[in-house]
Amino acid sequence: MKAFTRLNGLVCPIDRANVDTDAIIPKQFLKSIKRSGFGPYLFDEWRYADFGEPGMDCTNRPKRPEFALNQARYQGAQVLLARDNFGCGSSREHAPWAIEDYGFRVMIAPSFADIFFSNSYKNAILPIVASAEIVDRLFKECEATEGYKLDVDLESQTVTTPGGFSFKFEITEHRKHCLLNGLDDIGLTLQHAGEIKAFEEKHKAAQPWLFGA
Amino acid sequence: MAKTLYDKLWDSHVVRQEEDGTCLLYIDRHLMHEVTSPQAFEGLRLAGRKAWRNTSIVAVPDHNTPTNHWDRDIEDPISKTQVDTLDANIKEFGSLIYFPFKHKNQGIIHVIAPENGATLPGMTVVCGDSHTATHGAFGALAHGIGTSEVEHVLATQTLVQKKSKSMLVKVEGALGAGVTAKDIALAIIGKIGTAGGTGYCIEFAGSAIRGLSMEGRMTVCNLAIEAGARAGIIGVDDTTINYLEGREHAPKGEQWNKAVEVWKTLHTEDGAKFDAVVEMNAADIEPQVTWGTSPEQVLAVGGNVPNPANEADPVKRAGIERALQYMGLQADMPITDIQIDKVFIGSCTNSRIEDMRAAAAVAKGKKVAGNVKLALVVPGSGIVKRQAEAEGLDKIFIEAGFEWREPGCSMCLAMNADRLSPGERCASTSNRNFEGRQGPGGRTHLVSPAMAAAAAIAGHFVDIRDSRN
Ligand code: SF4
Repeated sequence: MKAFTRLNGLVCPIDRANVDTDAIIPKQFLKSIKRSGFGPYLFDEWRYADFGEPGMDCTNRPKRPEFALNQARYQGAQVLLARDNFGCGSSREHAPWAIEDYGFRVMIAPSFADIFFSNSYKNAILPIVASAEIVDRLFKECEATEGYKLDVDLESQTVTTPGGFSFKFEITEHRKHCLLNGLDDIGLTLQHAGEIKAFEEKHKAAQPWLFGA
Repeated sequence: MAKTLYDKLWDSHVVRQEEDGTCLLYIDRHLMHEVTSPQAFEGLRLAGRKAWRNTSIVAVPDHNTPTNHWDRDIEDPISKTQVDTLDANIKEFGSLIYFPFKHKNQGIIHVIAPENGATLPGMTVVCGDSHTATHGAFGALAHGIGTSEVEHVLATQTLVQKKSKSMLVKVEGALGAGVTAKDIALAIIGKIGTAGGTGYCIEFAGSAIRGLSMEGRMTVCNLAIEAGARAGIIGVDDTTINYLEGREHAPKGEQWNKAVEVWKTLHTEDGAKFDAVVEMNAADIEPQVTWGTSPEQVLAVGGNVPNPANEADPVKRAGIERALQYMGLQADMPITDIQIDKVFIGSCTNSRIEDMRAAAAVAKGKKVAGNVKLALVVPGSGIVKRQAEAEGLDKIFIEAGFEWREPGCSMCLAMNADRLSPGERCASTSNRNFEGRQGPGGRTHLVSPAMAAAAAIAGHFVDIRDSRN
């Protein structure tokens, strides 16, 4: 996994609540057996005027100009600004794969759906929960200021706006450690293989039917 | 201190705990389908790892498989590749149960695991699928996970998790006639919202929940995820135990007796504390219909579509306006005036035998309305299908003008050929009414199986309580 330490990134606003993972990456793209290449299809139905199919070349597809990702001022954005309950719905990890592949590394919203939230960390994307007031303020500032960038520092857990306003965010020590060092969970967990084995034997002795054939 | 069911399930699976509360949770059952597993197996292969305990795996292709013309195999080559990839991965890594495409017991993963006794009380269950919450109906702790986590469970038999907060949703009293488990679940979502359960494990309790069959309990837990919850659970009682007895992979003989003893302890103790409590009166719950593009946009069938002008919060108002526009509805119109084009009875929410029976009871001796272009009934598994056929339900449906299909996810998410065309409106027993869920531009209204069948007959939504004579 890529490490994440600090970023000064352009912000792109997606001003809707309850954005679900079907909207982030529609189901037809789930037929892929790969992990990469989903970026061009991120928000496919909102972004393009035609129907997207897996493997399609997106360069000449008709775009919906009103959608933020299609506007010149948001090209190259690395910070996605969203509303409540972002990433709800299907557990598909294709959603964070598409977000990461597009180039986003940070998401800020008042709340995220659980599975999507933890999927994001596994793909080196930092989801930041901020209060509704702060998120509202960021939306307003972002709209008012072309080239609006946020400074995100994981070490100190702070986000700073161009105007110098800053706020802190929460993250568990475990997730912070993994992100800062680019560590993937499996390697870390397997350091405890002995403990898992020991637990498994005890568990099996107590409830053998859980292991039954 | 008195423990909740969630505490008991959690505590009995913690392998180790970090200082910040992050735990390694041991996983007993790993359910799989073809869509979210290929990248996980690929990761395992690239790292030269094996499956830690392949006898925990129960797998089936369900999302991409067609529901008719099985003689023609899977015609979409990309879908076929995904299904073939699951075949190959299971062959390479092993499993306890695998029902390949066209196997007589094939079906939706959340239907086949319980009916084969592979979901047991006291288990931790995971699946790369959000509706894994279904299995909580058995007093099991069931989490939907992402593909990286699927790989993690394959490689380590554990999940990295922090304990959620706990919520008790208590539904007391008797349900009115025509009101089902689906209506309870939709009414709960309508009350607490799609993010209302975020960060919680919800325990469903109260006499109305205890009065449900296992099929009904699975419907309720299945929809816990649509309330944002990490998991939904229901304590074990005689209904649970009776359902499991004699199932293929359930324990037998002396093991069964010992298991039952343990299972009887799987409920919340008196005096245990929850972080949040929601109480509802069963008698107040009416048949539900969603009108918008989120399951929380739901109303009793007697209601009128909301008017955005009455909403003070600007973000919510914009949400209502967008939903009305997408759904092609007028503010204030009665729900029962909404005409439908298609009907879908199926999905892991409502494709079990009881659902088939409820829909057939309404369809019996009637005809699908002329404006309904397609009314699909898709049983959840081969076992459900054969049982329904043994009871003659297939004939009732076919005579009424429904199509009786082979099992699978089908038009729940339209990854196979079953889908809505742009602008088409569907009465659906599935779980998500998101934009494009059942096909690009498609409009979905979530309802119970009986309400879907009644809408098929009338051509528009009707109150099931009026149409039962
Ligand atoms: S029936 Fe629908 S919700 Fe259930 S597993 Fe299949 S696609 Fe997912």
